[in-house]
Amino acid sequence: MKAIVCVKQVPDTSGKVAVNPDGTLDRASMLTIVNPDDMNAVEAALKLKDETGCKVVVVTMGPPPAEGMLRQLMAMGADEGVLVSAREFGGSDTFATSQILAAALNKMGLDPDDVVFCGRQAIDGDTAQVGPQIAEKLGMPQISYVADIHKEGSVIVCKRMLEDGYMMVETQTPCLLTCIKELNQPRYMSILGIKDCYTKPVTVYDYNALKDDPLIDPTTIGLKGSPTNILTSFTPPLKGVGMMLEGTGKSTTDQLVGMLAAKHVI
Amino acid sequence: MESYNSTNISEFKNVWVFCEQRGGKLMPTTLELISEGRKLADELGVDLCGLLLGKDVEGLCKELGGHGANKIYLCDSPLLETYTTDAYTKVIVDCVEEYKPEIMVFGASNIGRDLAPRCAARLHTGLCADCTHLDVDMPIYKDFLKESSTLAPEKIDGLGTALVLGEKHDVSRDLKMTRPAFGGHLMATIICPRFRPAMATVRPGVMKLSAYDEAKAVAVSVERPAFALSDSDLKTRVREVVKATRELVDLTGADVVVSVGRGIGKDVEKGIALAEELASVLGGVVGGSRAAIDSGWLPADHQVGQTGKTVHPKMYFALGISGAIQHKAGMQDSENIIAVNKNSAAPIFEIADYGICGDLFKVVPLLIESFKEEQQSK
Amino acid sequence: MALQYTKEQKMLRALVKEFADKEVGPRAAEMDRNESMDPTLLKMLGDLGFMGLGIPVEYGGAGMGMMEKSIVVEELARKDAATAEVMSVHNMAYLAILKHGSEELKQKFLPIAAKGGIAAFALTEPSAGSDAAGVQTTAVADGDDYIINGSKCFISNMGPQEGSFVTVLVSTDPSKGSKGFSAIVVERGTPGFTIGKREEKLGIRAADVSELIFEDCRVPKANLVGAEGKGFGYFMEALDSGRIGMASQALGIAEEALDLSIEYLKVRVQFGKPLSKQQGLQWYLADMGTKVEAARALIYEAASDMDRGDPVGKIAAIAKYYASEIGVQVTDKALQLHSGYGYMRDYPLERMYRDARIIPIYEGTSEIQKIIISRELLK
Repeated sequence: MKAIVCVKQVPDTSGKVAVNPDGTLDRASMLTIVNPDDMNAVEAALKLKDETGCKVVVVTMGPPPAEGMLRQLMAMGADEGVLVSAREFGGSDTFATSQILAAALNKMGLDPDDVVFCGRQAIDGDTAQVGPQIAEKLGMPQISYVADIHKEGSVIVCKRMLEDGYMMVETQTPCLLTCIKELNQPRYMSILGIKDCYTKPVTVYDYNALKDDPLIDPTTIGLKGSPTNILTSFTPPLKGVGMMLEGTGKSTTDQLVGMLAAKHVI
Repeated sequence: MESYNSTNISEFKNVWVFCEQRGGKLMPTTLELISEGRKLADELGVDLCGLLLGKDVEGLCKELGGHGANKIYLCDSPLLETYTTDAYTKVIVDCVEEYKPEIMVFGASNIGRDLAPRCAARLHTGLCADCTHLDVDMPIYKDFLKESSTLAPEKIDGLGTALVLGEKHDVSRDLKMTRPAFGGHLMATIICPRFRPAMATVRPGVMKLSAYDEAKAVAVSVERPAFALSDSDLKTRVREVVKATRELVDLTGADVVVSVGRGIGKDVEKGIALAEELASVLGGVVGGSRAAIDSGWLPADHQVGQTGKTVHPKMYFALGISGAIQHKAGMQDSENIIAVNKNSAAPIFEIADYGICGDLFKVVPLLIESFKEEQQSK
Repeated sequence: MALQYTKEQKMLRALVKEFADKEVGPRAAEMDRNESMDPTLLKMLGDLGFMGLGIPVEYGGAGMGMMEKSIVVEELARKDAATAEVMSVHNMAYLAILKHGSEELKQKFLPIAAKGGIAAFALTEPSAGSDAAGVQTTAVADGDDYIINGSKCFISNMGPQEGSFVTVLVSTDPSKGSKGFSAIVVERGTPGFTIGKREEKLGIRAADVSELIFEDCRVPKANLVGAEGKGFGYFMEALDSGRIGMASQALGIAEEALDLSIEYLKVRVQFGKPLSKQQGLQWYLADMGTKVEAARALIYEAASDMDRGDPVGKIAAIAKYYASEIGVQVTDKALQLHSGYGYMRDYPLERMYRDARIIPIYEGTSEIQKIIISRELLK
């Protein structure tokens, strides 16, 4: 039994976000962090390890420095890391990314009692698409927006959040769960974990490692395999100096509400 | 479906909206999407169709028609009563393969965002998440960019093609899907030039609801596609659905924070009641400045500022708060700061996006009224 | 030599930073006000393995060195000097057992310390302060035991939330002066060992400092560390390591004071522009920044020397002397830059200013450090 966690290294958008003059993100000047929802996924997998003794494997697709993030997760308690990294994989949208990650999961070998954990969504793209799309490509059931997990033998029961309540959903392993922050409180790395993390195995899957998988084809991965393209990217108008509204009557409050509505704040 | 191929662009026609219902009631977002879909269908000169899945939900078709749908594809089955990823994906994919819409939009609800990616992956097409703006018509799109971006007007006027696999592609009939990224610091417009349907999930509450038209409602046509669905298709099982009013979130995670300060001093009870009412209208929580906490008007866990909590909600209301530096430290990163204060020189106005100089006891009731009216108009 | 942190050290720093931000910082003001460590925080430090940082793996620790200890103390001190002090004293207090204790003693006490049982170290007495040779507490052999009588003062880490065991410097042969001193481990709860008056302090108020009283306190001879008469040397050796820890504590406080000042000057507008545009104030920052970096260089030089096994008597004293003095100077200047706000309890500077003041005093005053340094220079 394995708990496999798909994680992403993202720029830390909680602090100051640096934007280049051309409207693209100045990634170089921003710190990177483990995507916050993915930390909840890692914690869920580590809890499963605490309960069952299963192996926890963390998988990421990204440039070679993303190995540092995998080591960090190993210092929390993950047993193995897989870094999916190749020039051919660059420029992938969610469709192509899930294609590659699904192939990586096939490569490591999925057992009937495995559970795949993902964060609900990444803070850089906010798409929430890669998890469900991996599940689709692996023909696996998925439960998204998971706020609680119970394992009853081979049955996984989850509390799946809705805007107006929740559902209790059950499924069989192997399955894929996308985790939200209400699920748990991610643990810290431990000192012994830090000491040992560089002795644990990290396997790199490059293009050659995955190319025999039917999911991997020049037309399904990378920029060429991405159904979506960016037409334009731009920054919204800069937040100007604050605006003092005239008057204190109903017309003033209507004007304010109108402006907030126009900005889609409400 | 032997001939289905998502790259045969010319075979695809019409705009579809996935009509999400829960417990036999349409989600409000569905009607917003129908309204927006109508606009897109008109720009393309095609039909707007709703795809409605559920059990005994035929009664909802009329309402969808009244907001602009020409036709509803109705898939009625006991297995579709409650949402499951597998059943809904299977039925939707079957219908799309049969009828081949060129555009398909979903509400970006917790269900839409579970379902749409799964459908897009199975149909081998592109999906853009959580859009806040959709366009087809280029002049309208350019006007939108001129208003909502910092791009140079010449650059906007020059738009018309995109480089797709090294070749120039005319985007005039593509769905242009605009969405925020990096927490709203960047916006991007996405297209899906080589595959159909172009799929999008759309943020709830963003698209304008059109007026209900009884004549259109009566005229809507309903078609029941054939679909095959059996119990064995469902790999997840819903044990129960629980309705729950949203738990009060803590200050730090709240989208809306209404804070009060020394300015409510002349009638503390009423001041707090007003803040609570404004917060409840907007689904937010009440906070306070140090003055409000130290005076015992609010419990300590409501404090925003240096010694309290740091918040960054979408909307922060500072009611009767002067804006001491300790307070600012806890709220200055809020997306929209709205300040109401009697003193026009109060430092809070230096960082407020919108300021109203006046008596909060007079201004806030009017503000509540304005928000309520805006909500009813949607 | 240029300082290079290993990957593990960088990761360790990231962990402590995160831990300090999330767990220590939010508790600091209240712990200071209540004059008490939060037991939950101490338990977390134990559970995550911080307490066993320098204890070898075979005794349940992580087997790391002075560099790592310094990193941990520095980062904790940024958010709370008292927490850093508990850690720093703990790191030093088990050293005599680790280096000179019998295997039996190591097996007994090191795993306790590694799991979070806090260690203490008792040298100072009313008559033995800077002149450590004035120890009057005695241990007299009686069969398989020693009987200890006397008292220790200003002892850290033996408060109600802390202290599992304490290594006590006692005289086993008063005729030999400091050559008759021995180190004996006493467990909390041993009959005849009581904890006396808890001191009220200017700073590091959450960290406990108490009087220890021994009245016919009987401990097994097996609790003797190393050999009789060698205790003074063991303690002096531990103090070298302790000095680097205390210097790291001062560095952490000074760094945070500098960062708070930079942030404050950027946002505080007076005379129509941020204070950071005033050249006079910019120069304060430049001075503060220079001192912080100089202290950092000294501390990590001393720590890496120690980890390589080089003698550190002089460099540790220099690092402790310099870092503790600039800790006071930088927090003082930071408080001045924050003016009224700095003086108020709403801001952490008020606490940091008080906390920094102890460091030129304990584990050897600045004057004692100067004696050590000049003695080495004149050798």
